[in-house]
Amino acid sequence: MSSAIKTSRSALLATLLVLSIFPLFGSDYYSELLTKIMIMAIFAMSLDLLVGFTGLVSFGHAAFFGIAAYAVVLVSPQYDPASLWLVLPAAVLAAAVAAFVIGLFVLRTKGIYFIMVTLAFAQMIYFVFHDSPLGGGSDGVFINFKPELRIGETQLLDLGNAAHFYYIVLLLLVATYVFLRILLRSPLGHALAGIKSNEHRMLSLGFPVFLYKLAGFVIAGALAGVAGFLSACQFGFVTPEILSWHQSGNVLLMVILGGIGTLNGAAIGAFAFVVLQEVFSALTKHWQFLMGTVIVLVVMLLPGGLASLTQRVRRLLVGGGSNG
Amino acid sequence: MGELVLAARGLSRQFGGLAANKDVSLDMHRGELHAVLGPNGAGKSTLINLLSGDLPPSGGQILYRGQDISSWSPDRRSRAGIGRSYQRTNIFPAFTAFENCRLAAQSRAPRALHVFSRAQNYDDLRSAADRALEQAGLASRRDVVAATLSHGEQRQLEIAMVLATAPSVLLLDEPLAGMGSEESQLMVSLLQKLSVDHAILLVEHDMDAVFAVADVITVMVTGQVLESGPPDQIRSSLAVQEAYLGGGEPDDE
Repeated sequence: MSSAIKTSRSALLATLLVLSIFPLFGSDYYSELLTKIMIMAIFAMSLDLLVGFTGLVSFGHAAFFGIAAYAVVLVSPQYDPASLWLVLPAAVLAAAVAAFVIGLFVLRTKGIYFIMVTLAFAQMIYFVFHDSPLGGGSDGVFINFKPELRIGETQLLDLGNAAHFYYIVLLLLVATYVFLRILLRSPLGHALAGIKSNEHRMLSLGFPVFLYKLAGFVIAGALAGVAGFLSACQFGFVTPEILSWHQSGNVLLMVILGGIGTLNGAAIGAFAFVVLQEVFSALTKHWQFLMGTVIVLVVMLLPGGLASLTQRVRRLLVGGGSNG
Repeated sequence: MGELVLAARGLSRQFGGLAANKDVSLDMHRGELHAVLGPNGAGKSTLINLLSGDLPPSGGQILYRGQDISSWSPDRRSRAGIGRSYQRTNIFPAFTAFENCRLAAQSRAPRALHVFSRAQNYDDLRSAADRALEQAGLASRRDVVAATLSHGEQRQLEIAMVLATAPSVLLLDEPLAGMGSEESQLMVSLLQKLSVDHAILLVEHDMDAVFAVADVITVMVTGQVLESGPPDQIRSSLAVQEAYLGGGEPDDE
C-alpha cells in the first residue's frame, strides 16, 4: 500500500520534472501541444470533481470554460494588453457566478434529468454568444493583445510569449491539482464523497445536500474557468464552438478515458485525447471514427480507464505486494 | 415521565386512494421507549418516514418540542436532533465502518468552509465515531469496509451512524431484523440504556424484544392506531389479539 503511494508519488514528480524541462528540449510545436494538453487537463480535473467525486454527470461543463474565455475578451482593452491581475480573477469569477446561478436550477434535478438540464443550459449560453453581437457571432472574436503581468513599468510576464505562457499554464495545472487533492480530503470533500455514495443517507444524517452540491458545482465551474481563461490566451481568439456541446462531450470523454474519480486519470485522459486527436486527424479526416473506436475499446477493456492501466502494470512489476 | 419531545397529531398520508396513515396521534417522551406494532402494511414504516421527513404528510401535524415541523426537510429535522435508522440497510458501502460514523458525526460540526483542513484530523469527530461504534458493538470492525461487513454487522452500523449524530429522538425501523441472537441481545440492552435519556420510537417485529424493552406500545392496523398503552394493557387487549390472531380465541387469560 505505502509502496504504491510512493510509486505514484515518484511518478507524479517525474511527470512534473519532464513538464518543467520540456520546453528546453522539445520543439515549439510540441511545447504548444503540451500547453494545450495541460489546459485541457485542468478542465478535465475540474469536471472530475463533479463526475468522479460528487456523482454529478454534467454534460454542460463547457459553459464555464467558454464564459471565462469570453470574459477575457470582454475585459481586455482593444489597443493595450490587459493586466493578468485583472483578467484572470475576472474570468474565473465570471465562470463561478455562472456556475452558481446555473447550479441553483440544475442541482434540483437528478440522474438523466441532470445530464439533460446541464446540456440545455450550456446550449442556451452557446446561443447567447453565437447569436448576439456580444461575442462577435459565429466567427468569434480576436484578442488583439494578450494579457501581461506588470509591476510598475517592468513587464514580468507576457502571455504572448510562448515560454512564459507554458510555465504559467504548468503552474496553474500544479496549483489546480494540489488544490483539488487538499479539497478532497477536507470535510467538504468527504461530504461530497458521501453524497456520491448515498445522497439519501446524507440528507437523513442532516447534511444540507443541495448546498454542498452547489459548492462543488461552483468550485468545478471556477476551475473550468481557469482552463477557459488559458485557452483564450493561448489561441488569441474565442469562438462560440468552445462552449458548444461537443466541447462538453469531449471533456467528459477525457475523464472517462483516463478513469473517473482519480484526478490523475483526468489529466491522463486529457493527454491521451488531445494526442490521439492530433494523430488521427493527421491520418484521416474521419478521425472521429478512430477516436470513437478507441473510446469504446477503453470503456470495454479497461473499466477503470487509462489510470487503472498504470496500476495494473505496477502490480505486475511489483508483484502481489501492493494490492490496493 | 420525561418531557414531551416529539408528537404526531392527526397525522395522515395518502398514496393515491390508499390511506397508509390515517389520523395517527402519538406522543414520544424523553426517557421512554415507545414501540409500534402491527401486521405488515399497517403503516409503521410510513409513520417513521412522516416523522423523519422522508415523506411529507397529507394532513395533520408533527410537533417537536412544541414547534410544528411538518414542513421541515429531513436534513433540518436531523440537525434539530431527530435521528433515524432504516429498515433496509442504508450505509456508505465503500467507506470503512469508522468513516461511515465519522461522516455521520461531521453533520453536527460541518466545517464546510475549512477547505484546507483534513477531515480525518478532527478529534471530536473521531471520538464521536469511535464511541458510536463501541456502543453498537462494532469497535473490533472499525476499519473494515462497510460493504464487506456481514448483514448483521451492517445493521449494527446502521444504528451506530444514527448514534454518531448524537440525536435526542431515535426513530428505529426494525433495528433487530437480520441480526443474530447475540447481536440482538446486545442491541436490546443498548436500547434499554439509550431509552434513559432519549425519546425512542421502535418499529419491530420481534415481540419478545418489544415486550421486554417497551414502556409504551402502540398497535397499528391498516394505517390507524388500534390501541396504545403500557405492555400489560396491550398484552391483555382483546382488540389487539383479534387483529393479530385474525379473530381467533385468546389462548390463556
